[in-house]
Amino acid sequence: MTALAPSPTRQRAESATGTTLWAATKLVAGREIMVKVRDRTFLISTILFLVIAAASTVLPALFANSSSTVAVVGSADAGGMLDRAGMEVVAAADVAAAEQLVRDGDVDAAVVPGDGAGTIRVLAMDRTPDSVVRALSSAPPVQLLDPDAVDPVLAFMVPMAFAMVFFFLSIGFGVQIAQSVTEEKQTRIVEILVAAVPVRALLVGKILGNGALAFGQVVLIALVAVVSMQAVGGDTGLLGQLGPAIAWFVPFFVVGFVLLASLWAVTGALVSRQEDISGASGPAQLVIMAPFFLVLFLNGNPAAMTLLSYVPFSAPTAMPLRLFFGDAAPWEPILALLLLLGAAALCISLAGRLYEGSLLRTNGKTSLRAAWRERETRVS
Amino acid sequence: MLRVASVDRSFGDRRVLDDISFEVVPGRMTGFVGANGAGKTTSMRIILGLLAADSGTVTWNGAPVTRAVRQRFGYMPEERGLYPKMKVREQLVYLGRLYGLTAPAAQRSVDELLDRIGLAERADDPVEKLSLGNQQRAQIAAALVHDPEVLILDEPFSGLDPIAVEVIAGVLRERAARGVPVLFSSHQLDVVERLCDDLVIIAAGAVRAAGSRADLRSRYATPRYELVLDADAGWVRDLPGISIVDLDGARVVIELADPDDDQTVLRAALARGPVRAFGPIIPSLAEIFREVTQ
Repeated sequence: MTALAPSPTRQRAESATGTTLWAATKLVAGREIMVKVRDRTFLISTILFLVIAAASTVLPALFANSSSTVAVVGSADAGGMLDRAGMEVVAAADVAAAEQLVRDGDVDAAVVPGDGAGTIRVLAMDRTPDSVVRALSSAPPVQLLDPDAVDPVLAFMVPMAFAMVFFFLSIGFGVQIAQSVTEEKQTRIVEILVAAVPVRALLVGKILGNGALAFGQVVLIALVAVVSMQAVGGDTGLLGQLGPAIAWFVPFFVVGFVLLASLWAVTGALVSRQEDISGASGPAQLVIMAPFFLVLFLNGNPAAMTLLSYVPFSAPTAMPLRLFFGDAAPWEPILALLLLLGAAALCISLAGRLYEGSLLRTNGKTSLRAAWRERETRVS
Repeated sequence: MLRVASVDRSFGDRRVLDDISFEVVPGRMTGFVGANGAGKTTSMRIILGLLAADSGTVTWNGAPVTRAVRQRFGYMPEERGLYPKMKVREQLVYLGRLYGLTAPAAQRSVDELLDRIGLAERADDPVEKLSLGNQQRAQIAAALVHDPEVLILDEPFSGLDPIAVEVIAGVLRERAARGVPVLFSSHQLDVVERLCDDLVIIAAGAVRAAGSRADLRSRYATPRYELVLDADAGWVRDLPGISIVDLDGARVVIELADPDDDQTVLRAALARGPVRAFGPIIPSLAEIFREVTQ
């Protein structure tokens, strides 16, 4: 005969053997995945993400590669130089015909004989066609002192892309985790679940299931981005530059996601109805939004970025960025990742207690304090 | 045997269970009756470990009820719930596996069960598409899917039509016949009366009476007799050792101080004329309940 301890949930977790705890966790995760991949909204949002990823890599490349068409009158030399610069050369009979082609928009510019013998003139509508001029000029040799420096366009795009991916996936999946927890409370199936398996198996299973899906989406997005970059013949130097940052982004993303997911699960457990989630999700939203904007606005400030790259909530975007810009020493991502792991472990364990304290309270909203203090107080 | 011993529980200042003790015996259906708020659901939740007792014990076959033990319990909560968008069969298989069944065993069990409770045709419909009565059947299936050793059912018959009540009662009796102790609560005293072997009557957080149905009848109901004559029965009140419970023309209900006086009454009646009916009144559960909880 054993007295029921004041905290039955804790007692249960202890009495469960590792295998059944893990087996239950896997079952819960499996259900989360199965329900999601059949959900139309989830499928549509995944496809949308992929389309955006493909578009944002393909479109700039297409615009950049759209070669100019140039009409040439006479001068075979000019034709040869333009051709070597990758432009399409069209022969025109005389200056008037060339000018007409430019006016009709059939060509971007025309090269016609100049006033003096052997000179040439470039015709264009409203803008100096720099690429044509450059192709026809002789450039002095240039020596770059910092050839590895990041292209300013990339310097803007890459932080944006990392921050956006982390932001959208952690908010999107976070809200879904909260909803699925609240659904279990609202439908009361949670009483059967809690009677059958340890509360922690429910929590961890949910986080793992949704984490696997989020990870899958990130991998798909990365694949689509890389494949489409290569399909349009984008420069592979960029891949080389991005490679290490992406490789580090993956573990940071995974652990950072787990950290945030545990917060969202608690958010869902605190309320009893789907409608109340948005009201309770302030803290969880804040720790996603604040790092997002801080990283976007401060990514040019090395001191701020160093700090952000160690703070667990912003590390998943800030540290890969510092690696991308070559600002971080090799040991830095390891330390930041360890910090993040510690924070995630702590958060999961705190979340576990809050989850146990709030999951069975199906009347109204549970305060964090009440969830922490008492495991259950529901009056039947 | 499932034994609840001296369980107390308070919510804040309010004591909802006060020294609750009772047993649920294998192979028997135990009805758990009491008014709203008497403490039935709280007791059941404590048995299932969903609530902690402030003091007291719950044991199964003499051993404490741990999680591993509880995994072999079947539970139907008072407030119903399954995943609304999940298909019936899929959902029951999932629950079966959470209780520790292998996938094939869970499949087999679910198919048998759905067939037995008349839900086989709806097996691939999402739960939210079922009628309320059918959702209730699915809910009962969720408690039975892992072939539990102990069944704890909170109001399993509420919301069921009479046919469904019969089906579910049949299923529960089968389980009991296999040696499963079944504890079920109900407001419908007539249903409890038909089904239960044992009774636990609870009022204001305390067990007022517990035991077999027959035992409770003899303990809590004074023997009463009904006598129907052709003529007015008013004279009966003059017989010694008798008190009148109800007198309505030719029909009278009496209580006897000494049960052996029944023959004296009958002889006196026959001496006065024809007797149309004479016999003991079996007290209904409702009467016992009223008597016990007053």
